[in-house]
Amino acid sequence: MSYSEDWIERYSRHIILAEVGGEGQQKIGKAKVIILGAGGLGSPAALYLAAAGVGEIGIVDNDEVDLSNLQRQVLHHTTDIGRPKIDSASEKLSAINPDIKIKTYKTFVNSTNIMDIISDYDIIVDGTDNFPTRFLVNDAAVMSKKPLVHGAILRFDGQAFTVLPHVGPCYRCIFREPPPPGSVPNCSQAGILGAVAGIIGTIQATEVLKLIIDKGKVLSGRLLILDALDMTFRETRIRKDPDCPICGKNPTITELTDYEWVC
Amino acid sequence: MSENEIDDNLDLRGVLCPINFVKTKLKLEEMQAGSTLEILLDKGDPIANVPRSVKEEGHKIIKVKKEDGDFFRVMIRKS
Ligand SMILES: [Zn+2]
Repeated sequence: MSYSEDWIERYSRHIILAEVGGEGQQKIGKAKVIILGAGGLGSPAALYLAAAGVGEIGIVDNDEVDLSNLQRQVLHHTTDIGRPKIDSASEKLSAINPDIKIKTYKTFVNSTNIMDIISDYDIIVDGTDNFPTRFLVNDAAVMSKKPLVHGAILRFDGQAFTVLPHVGPCYRCIFREPPPPGSVPNCSQAGILGAVAGIIGTIQATEVLKLIIDKGKVLSGRLLILDALDMTFRETRIRKDPDCPICGKNPTITELTDYEWVC
Repeated sequence: MSENEIDDNLDLRGVLCPINFVKTKLKLEEMQAGSTLEILLDKGDPIANVPRSVKEEGHKIIKVKKEDGDFFRVMIRKS
């Protein structure tokens, strides 16, 4: 195997790591990761994964960049206002790393398109901002047996969790159903400290890279909870629920459904 | 295999830290366990850092020899 001088230099700080090396960096280069949402979580996740050299990155988002996004969605610049987020995202990621392939999908994931979209990828990053989609993404990940790295943020709080389908618990093993519409503040009604999105999105990128190089322990069976106001991290142990409607012994969910939107 | 037999070599004179170590590491990755790599390193930072980093990765430094012209010949056995 001969490596180009540019490749050696670009990824030198990775290659130096005993857990990565040239071999691990090659795995990163062959990996395909789909990021759902180019917003607060998807931005830092995508930036770090592109910089890390993930060979193929898919970005799914149906929105245009809005002035109110810029406080936390660091993929997008002021000059991008009004542009589709996928275009703004793809441009920034290619600028950071021209070696990687970026694929964009201008849509929201739903029960009819999600299986098709994720089919080309090895790992799913959930950067969506509402409960119905989170459950849909979880179910699609379990059904397709692809690892899912979940993240969520609200005000000063954040959480991260990795689903290894049928190996560890899934999102539904923790939260059985989406909360009823209106019962929980959502993306547009609640504030978010922008930097908290950066912390959680970066944790998601870190989980993805560990999954790719197969080193360390991912957040499987552990829900990591951040309180950035007190700046504490705590962990809740999660068990795989044998009665889970999607990954349990007798799953009752056998096809994907769209839940009512809270937003 | 004799002590001085080398299986591969890298001239890393003029290559700065940490790229000299990165190149050593990449070369070692593709070699067989037990085989020997000879590298040439500049004095100063390179000779002070590269052999130590190679040892930290679990390989063995068999020999370090100072050569005329301010460089070092370092023999590594891959673990
Ligand atoms: Zn489950």
